Formats: sequence, structure tokens, C-alpha cells
Amino acid sequence: MIAGQFLEQGLAIADVEARKVLRDPTELFSRAVQPVLWLVIFGRVFGRVRGIPTGHLDYTAFLAPGILAQSILFSSIFYGIGVIWERDLGIVHKLLVSPAHRSALVLGKALAAGLRGLAQAVLIYVLVCLMGIGLRWSPQALLGVVLMVAAASALFSTFSLMIACIVKTRERFMGIGQLLTMPLFFASNAIYPIALMPGWLRIAARLNPLTYVTDALRGLMIAGGGSVYGLRLDFAVIAAAFLALTAATSVLYPTIIR
Amino acid sequence: MTGPLPTGDVVVAEDLTRRFGEILAVDRLSLRVKSGQIFGLLGPNGAGKSTTIKMLTTLLEPSAGTASVAGFDIRSQPRRVRGRIGYVPQLVSADGALTAYENLNLSARLYGISSRQRKARIAEGLEFMGLSEHGGRLVKTFSGGMIRRLELAQALLHRPDLLFLDEPTIGLDPMARRTVWDKLKELRRSLNLTVLITTHDMEEADQLCDELAIMLDGRVMARGESAALKAGLGQAATLNDVFAAACGGVIRESGDYRGVGQRRRTASQLG
Repeated sequence: MIAGQFLEQGLAIADVEARKVLRDPTELFSRAVQPVLWLVIFGRVFGRVRGIPTGHLDYTAFLAPGILAQSILFSSIFYGIGVIWERDLGIVHKLLVSPAHRSALVLGKALAAGLRGLAQAVLIYVLVCLMGIGLRWSPQALLGVVLMVAAASALFSTFSLMIACIVKTRERFMGIGQLLTMPLFFASNAIYPIALMPGWLRIAARLNPLTYVTDALRGLMIAGGGSVYGLRLDFAVIAAAFLALTAATSVLYPTIIR
Repeated sequence: MTGPLPTGDVVVAEDLTRRFGEILAVDRLSLRVKSGQIFGLLGPNGAGKSTTIKMLTTLLEPSAGTASVAGFDIRSQPRRVRGRIGYVPQLVSADGALTAYENLNLSARLYGISSRQRKARIAEGLEFMGLSEHGGRLVKTFSGGMIRRLELAQALLHRPDLLFLDEPTIGLDPMARRTVWDKLKELRRSLNLTVLITTHDMEEADQLCDELAIMLDGRVMARGESAALKAGLGQAATLNDVFAAACGGVIRESGDYRGVGQRRRTASQLG
């Protein structure tokens, strides 16, 4: 009974979020521009350098999962600003005064972010196909990509929601968001292997969830690609981080209106 | 989610207090609202009206004191309280990017209204508020009065015992304001609904409220029926005179930057 209510409440939130994106998908397409630049310009240029040890993979094939991971990070990390906007409009008040579980409200937002992430993944798959990069099309591999993209989007959007609940204003949020995205991106294996990094950065990269997202996508998405840490560890890290952040954000979410 | 049916006092607050750091927003407020009553909280900006409503709707924890709403304790049974109340905040809470039907459907799902009952309840709510023709329209195309009526429909969808309205007619033109008043009177007549309303508008308080409490600096300065409060000042006294007397007859600079911004934004969205 309680599980059913919880699921219904979470799905209700995800449903309205998805309707809003489908009604105005401009953001999905505008967010696809940056991956094009990274893959087509950065990937092609650095592919010629041949100084980055990517094993038997071509550099653009090595880069593609990293750019999908980056795309998920960049779009999810600013998700919280929408919640600040909803707070200013009074929509959050309406949600919080309902008997819905706070964690169901947070999970519903995360689920909606997962759906947005999957839409972005489709666009990046189209781009990667057009570039002639070999992809894995087995049902298991595709299911793995779907799960990791949804989980990573949920993780980073919940992180973003937590920041929004702490900083509370759009101006502060934009500053923090900008501050977080680049370090998370560069201190990961998205555009180069961790082996190239100095020791201190290697430690930071191993603590960075984006590293495990990229590692899993590299193993699941690219023909001939492999996961360095193993898919089990990759999924376990993302799931554990997501659960911890959801628990913290469920407590913080009601404080956004104060 | 059923609870003890409120028969006597639907709201009972004892020494309810809320501090924000050094600021005492609500100071040992005690209040009783009877079943079926429209109770008005009046006061200048920053008097503590909205903070009181936020505590009673469980959006804000009290710093001290207790309160029960619809028979449930706001501290120990907040989810039960939320299941028995409806709330229309001062801000615009309907989502402009959704249709009226989608807004109502979201509320229905969050309040656990079964899928079998949902369509009928939504149709009933739209009809009662005169919005039947507009269920499929995006709310951002609505007038201010239509938005407020939709928000009332959302707040009433789960048939609450008590409705909280935080300045419900702010920013509305006189016609839209009168329509909201008529709907509230009709609700009280047909459902014996209890309403706790905050307002700045003396005409609204006079027209709607059975009992009033005038707040200043987080405290109740005067309380009673409108007629009795006016009679206490003399035969020709108005509610404005009662308000001025309760507030010490002094024009006070009150409210903060954020509060003023919110009020102006709401007025601009609905106007």
C-alpha cells in the first residue's frame, strides 16, 4: 500500500516533468550542440596527436562515451535551478503541503532527469553513428547504457537539487554550478585515461562518480571497448552515491522554501 | 487517510512561536478556529500571518508551542495534517506549463485519489470553478481569476476538512475577487468547509470572515467578530479603524525585500 502510493507519487512528478520537456524540447536540441563540438572538433584534432594512450581504440571512439557522460553531467548539474524557479513561483509549496513522501518527490524529479538524459543519449548515438564510430548493439549492452545514463542523470540531478536546497538563490546556484562542472569533468577519465594524471589528480578521479559513469559507458557502448574497473563496481558506486544523495536531499528539500 | 473528524475546533494553537535567528516572527500565538467557520488573520506585512499559516500547514516547524489541525498534531503527525488540509499559497502555485487538467491530475495523484475516482473529481472541480471549457488549456494562457479558481479546485480535490488561503485575492481585479469570494461562501454553505484566510483587504475580511484576529509583530492584538470589533470603537467605526487601533494607529514600515518581491510578482502574474 505504502510502496504503491510512493511509486504513484514519484511517477506523478516524473510524468509532469516529461510532459513539459516534450511540450518544449528546445533545451534537448540546444544541449546537443556542445557534444557535437567536442566530438567533431576536439575529437578529430586530438585524434591526430596520437599522444593519448587509448589502447586499441581510436581517440574519437575513446572520447564518445566520455562526451555522453559529460553531456549528462552538464545538463543535470543545472537541474536545481528549475526547482529554485518553481519555489519562487509557489509550485514547490503546493508539492510540499501534499501528503506525498518527500523522497518520492525527489525520486520523481530524478526519474524525470533520467528520461531527459536518455533523450540526450539518443541524439549522441545518432551523432556517433554519423561519425562512423563502431557501437555495440546487443540488447544487453543497450540495456546497460540505458540504465547507466538514467542512473547518472538521476545522480547528478539529485546532487543539483541538493545544492539548490542549500544555496537557495539562482545567482549563488549558477556560481556553484559553474564551479563544479569543470573540475568534475577534467578530474575524470572522460577525455583522457586516468593513467596520464599526476598522483593527486588520480585520487580525485577515483573519487569522482563521473569516472565510473564513463568507465561503464566505455565498456557498454563502444565496439571493442572495455571497463577498467568492472561494470559491477561502476554500477555499485553510482547506485550508492544516488541513494546517499536522495536520502540527504529528501531531508533538505522542504527547507528550500524557508 | 482518515482521521478523527473535527467537530469542534479544527485548529487549536497554543503558544505557537517561530524565530528566524534574532527575529521573533510569531510570538506565543494561541488560536482556535471552529468547524465551518471562515477565520481571518489580518495584519500589516511582516506581522507573522504567513509564518503562522506555514506552521499550521507543516511547511515550517515551530520553534516552540503546539498546534493541532483537523485533529492531528503538526509536529508529530505532519503527513496526517497534510492529508486533511487544502492550501492556496500567496504565490501562484498552478504550473503554467501544464494544462488545468494536468495540474488537477497531479494533485489527485499526490493526494492518493484512486484512478477510478480521479476523472470524476477533476470534472467536478473544473465545473464548480467554472473552468469546464478550459481543462485542456495551458494555465499560462489563463487570466488571474481563472488561475486562482484552478488553485482552489486543486486545493479542494481531496475534500479537505480545512482550507488555508494566504492572501487569495492579491492582484485580482474587483470582478475576479468577487467571484473568489462567492465561491468561498458557496463552499462554506454546501460543504460546511472551515477556512483560515490571511488578508490585507478590509472589505474582504468584512465580507467573508465570521471571526478575525489582527496580528502585529507576531502577536494577536485584537480578536472577535467583525461587528463586535467595530462596535467596540463606536457606532461609525469601520474595520479600517479597528485595524489602525489594533496596530497602535501608527503607519509602520514593515515587510522585507523578499516578501515585497514575492507580493509584487504574484500581483503581476495574476493581474
